[in-house]
Amino acid sequence: MTTPALTSIFAPASTPAKSIVDLSFFVLTITGIIFVVVAALLVYAVVKFRGRAADAGKEPPQVYGSTQIEVAWTVVPILVVVILVAATARVIHAIQDAPQPPSALEVTVIGHQFWWEYRYPQLGIVTANELHIPVSDPTRPRPTFLTLLSADTDHSFWIPQLSGKTDLIPNRINRMWIDPQRTGLFLGQCAQYCGTQHAKMLLRVSVDSAEDFDAWSTSQQQAAADSSTVVDGRRAFETAACINCHTIRGTVANGRFGPDLTHLMSRATIASGAAENTAENLRSWLQDPDAIKPGSLMPAMKLSDAELDALVRYMQSLR
Amino acid sequence: MASDAMAIHGAQIDRPTWGETLHVWVTTVDHKRIGLLYILYALLFLVIAGIEALVMRIQLLSAHNDFVSPQVFNQMFTMHGTTMIFFVAMPILFGFGNYLVPLMIGARDMAFPRLNAFSFWLSAVSGFVLYFSFLGGSGLYGAGSAPDVGWWAYAPLTARAFSPGSSSDYWTIAVLVSGLGSVATAVNLIATILCMRCPGMTLGRMPLLTWLYLTMSLMVLIGLTPLSAAQLMLLADRYLGAHFFDTQAGGSATLWMHFFWIFGHPEVYILIIPCFAFMSEIIPVFSRKPIFGYPVMVGATVCIAFVSMSVWAHHMFTIGMNSYANTFFMITTMAVGVPTGIKIFNWLGTMWGGRIQFKTPMLFAIAFLFQFLIAGLTGIMMAAAPFDWQLSLSYFVVAHFHYVIVGGILFALFAAFYYWYPKVTGRMLSERLGQLHFWLFVLGFHITFDPMHFAGLLGMPRRIYTYEPGRGWDAINLIVSIGALIQAVAILVFVVNLILSYWKGARAGKDPWDAWTLEWSVSSPPPAYNFASIPTVASRRPLWDEKHPDDPDSRYE
Amino acid sequence: MTAAPALSIPVTPASDPSPAWRLPDRGKVGMMCFIIAESAIFTIFVVAYLFYLGKSLTGPTPRDVLETPIFYTVCLLSSSVTIHLAVKRLTRDGSLSFLLLWLLTIVLGGLFMYGTAQEWRRLIYEHGLTISTNLFGTTYYSLVGLHAFHVTVGLVMLTVVLLLGLAGRIRVAQSARVDVLSMYWHFVDVVWVVVFTVVYVIGR
Repeated sequence: MTTPALTSIFAPASTPAKSIVDLSFFVLTITGIIFVVVAALLVYAVVKFRGRAADAGKEPPQVYGSTQIEVAWTVVPILVVVILVAATARVIHAIQDAPQPPSALEVTVIGHQFWWEYRYPQLGIVTANELHIPVSDPTRPRPTFLTLLSADTDHSFWIPQLSGKTDLIPNRINRMWIDPQRTGLFLGQCAQYCGTQHAKMLLRVSVDSAEDFDAWSTSQQQAAADSSTVVDGRRAFETAACINCHTIRGTVANGRFGPDLTHLMSRATIASGAAENTAENLRSWLQDPDAIKPGSLMPAMKLSDAELDALVRYMQSLR
Repeated sequence: MASDAMAIHGAQIDRPTWGETLHVWVTTVDHKRIGLLYILYALLFLVIAGIEALVMRIQLLSAHNDFVSPQVFNQMFTMHGTTMIFFVAMPILFGFGNYLVPLMIGARDMAFPRLNAFSFWLSAVSGFVLYFSFLGGSGLYGAGSAPDVGWWAYAPLTARAFSPGSSSDYWTIAVLVSGLGSVATAVNLIATILCMRCPGMTLGRMPLLTWLYLTMSLMVLIGLTPLSAAQLMLLADRYLGAHFFDTQAGGSATLWMHFFWIFGHPEVYILIIPCFAFMSEIIPVFSRKPIFGYPVMVGATVCIAFVSMSVWAHHMFTIGMNSYANTFFMITTMAVGVPTGIKIFNWLGTMWGGRIQFKTPMLFAIAFLFQFLIAGLTGIMMAAAPFDWQLSLSYFVVAHFHYVIVGGILFALFAAFYYWYPKVTGRMLSERLGQLHFWLFVLGFHITFDPMHFAGLLGMPRRIYTYEPGRGWDAINLIVSIGALIQAVAILVFVVNLILSYWKGARAGKDPWDAWTLEWSVSSPPPAYNFASIPTVASRRPLWDEKHPDDPDSRYE
Repeated sequence: MTAAPALSIPVTPASDPSPAWRLPDRGKVGMMCFIIAESAIFTIFVVAYLFYLGKSLTGPTPRDVLETPIFYTVCLLSSSVTIHLAVKRLTRDGSLSFLLLWLLTIVLGGLFMYGTAQEWRRLIYEHGLTISTNLFGTTYYSLVGLHAFHVTVGLVMLTVVLLLGLAGRIRVAQSARVDVLSMYWHFVDVVWVVVFTVVYVIGR
């Protein structure tokens, strides 16, 4: 894995995230002023009006209220609220109602327990867990518009540096968009509790240059690599029921329950970010998924050592 | 006379046996005893839910820790939240209400004493039902145990397909039954306040505590019941094959969310309003002035009650509602901040020009004001929906609501304990232990919940049993966990104070704080019948009128 | 703090409450509160019903299978009239007419339940509509069923009062409590007006 960067919401790399940061500074300034003023008054009151020994037994003037003061400290907050509402409504509209330009890349994200499925309808690509999208030059924008669906329970897609989060809810279609303006790897994770392994439903978004993205998508569009050198592994895959859940394009495997494995080796991690994509981790995962991600929905297939080795070799051929 | 002999020679009095005492307490219909039962019950569950929090904080001390499995962690946050809301906060606040309201309105008991007892036992049993899930939740498939679906139990995670076994049913039934108990207590409080005030106590002359409990109880009637309805629907889904939240059959997961939060948001106001009540009684007494702006305080509270019914979907800003819906809920959420702020200003106005006594109740009250102010302001931040698209479902919102619940509600409860303990027991709580409790708890509270905001700003979502190292979350989580341990110590000091002072505390007398409402006119503890004769009042502060016959409130109101 | 001075709050002897000091009856207030809470529950079921109108993926629609139960609705709503008259008679100590009107109320309510049972029988056996058939089945049976449950509870309470009345235990002194019970019965009828409108008028 590359060194993860701080996923601070204050380090935006995309327009929605940037609009949110700008709004947040405005809101923080106003609430900051309110805090300073009210806290200062509180501190002053506590210090100035503390009961002194000399006053023991004497009651201070019994003041019941003041209509003018009440009006003042009702009107001022209402004005503050009006200002905040106006500023916020603008940003809501700008982000949510942004029209989709013809240049936009469309990706359908389907949330599963506990991994992410990505489909690129315009490109005929199906992949999992690591999202590749092109960088968006502000002068010639190429945003990515995401359609969010769920195959089971609720999830939430959250990459703090790219956008606020939007939930994936079964039987509902949600939409969001991002236009990352610099290349790089952006991290996040599922933000809506979805079951046992919610914590390890990690997100990796690779923002590529136009050339890199074209290269990546071309290779993703191909069927699985030739497997003549790993025939025993492929046979193990086909007989051990793997094909019921997984798809490897160009073979008989076309299951939809688990991630598409056609180009498994193009990914840096397995199990949706739970482990690095190394031979050792692959073997460990195949032997007992619960060792890496306890409660994940992949069963341990109870394979022999020989089968495991063969399978790992086969997996590693899926570039 | 035999009775004289008993009075003089104490040793000749027959002390009740343990069995007799137990019988008295189990069969009591006296509002004071029932109030105490609620409070003790809640304190027990406070400790249990606190332990659940500590388990989570130990697990989160470092990245990839394995103190507990993900299954156990997920049960911990579900049980912690469910217990704290339904089996700590609700019972303890109803307990205080039960004890204080009849005394403060000059009545002998609540309107329906037997219903009162029934409500308590209903709530008590439901708490044990919830915890029985640890043993019995395996149900049909040997799966589950304690519920692990989060305290909101979002659909379709609670459907049979995703929650086999009975763990979700324990959550549903326990919370449903306790909800019935809460509604019954609310009915009781409303009938008591409207129908049993002593002569002269018009609605405009009753203590603010009573106004706020009246408002809170009305909110319970229409705020708690949506959850009960939704839970009946969930049970129908799980047991009768209904499809209310069955997304495979066209059902809607968001419908559960709407129903839940139509309950969930008023619920948090139901919890905070009694705490406003405590503050409105305590701050005046320790500032030696009447509450500033009594009518405005009433109006603001009623305003909060109404507006808070219209804000619920600010818990759902991320579910993909359209921009008009998001804007509407943003507006109402910002709006509810106005009457809430007005209350803070009025407490400030009460202290202003006063002679503040820094006894323990007032220390907790002052901390409440600072902390509730901050909590309200982070709430305003999240009302700005786009900002909430980042902050929601992260540790920022966890920090916000703990700031309200611990920094606001719990601090107000501590103030209430130190203030009314003398009335209930006849003994003062130790000031020295109280100060120790206060400063330790303030320290621990801020060490935990101040940095927690930053974990959210750095992208840490909630409800995760572990996290990746190197995200900038490691040090923050360590500090947060240390603060939790400090708070645990502070609670220990509090419990020691409660127990020790019961036997060793200074005798309190009727009115140790020189206060002004009717409960301070009877002995400490009050007799079973509360008042020898039902009093008549002529102002909001009947005892002030008594102590200052030359300058009574009745002249100015 | 100063020591609290001896207190002597002016008291009025409990046996002579000031005649001007009258507060509402707690039975009525309690029942009103209960009705408010129950209304909130029904509202949620009505909202679910309306939300899911037209959203069933399969199966019979309301238009296909529902028949408007005019007669049984008239029975139920008339029972509100009879119970109101019964309570009035009781306040004027008309024991026999109270019992007759009370009995008539129970009969009318029982007819309504019979009508509901008939309808459900027809829906289940002739049209195959159950709570698990589709969203319409789910919301229909739960809403109408919740109401029917409330009618049943009401009938039980009314019967208890009838039996006590037959045993001579219901007199003028009990009229306030009986009136409170009648408030519940009126509530059940009002709910039926809403349910009827939503299910048989709007929903079809």
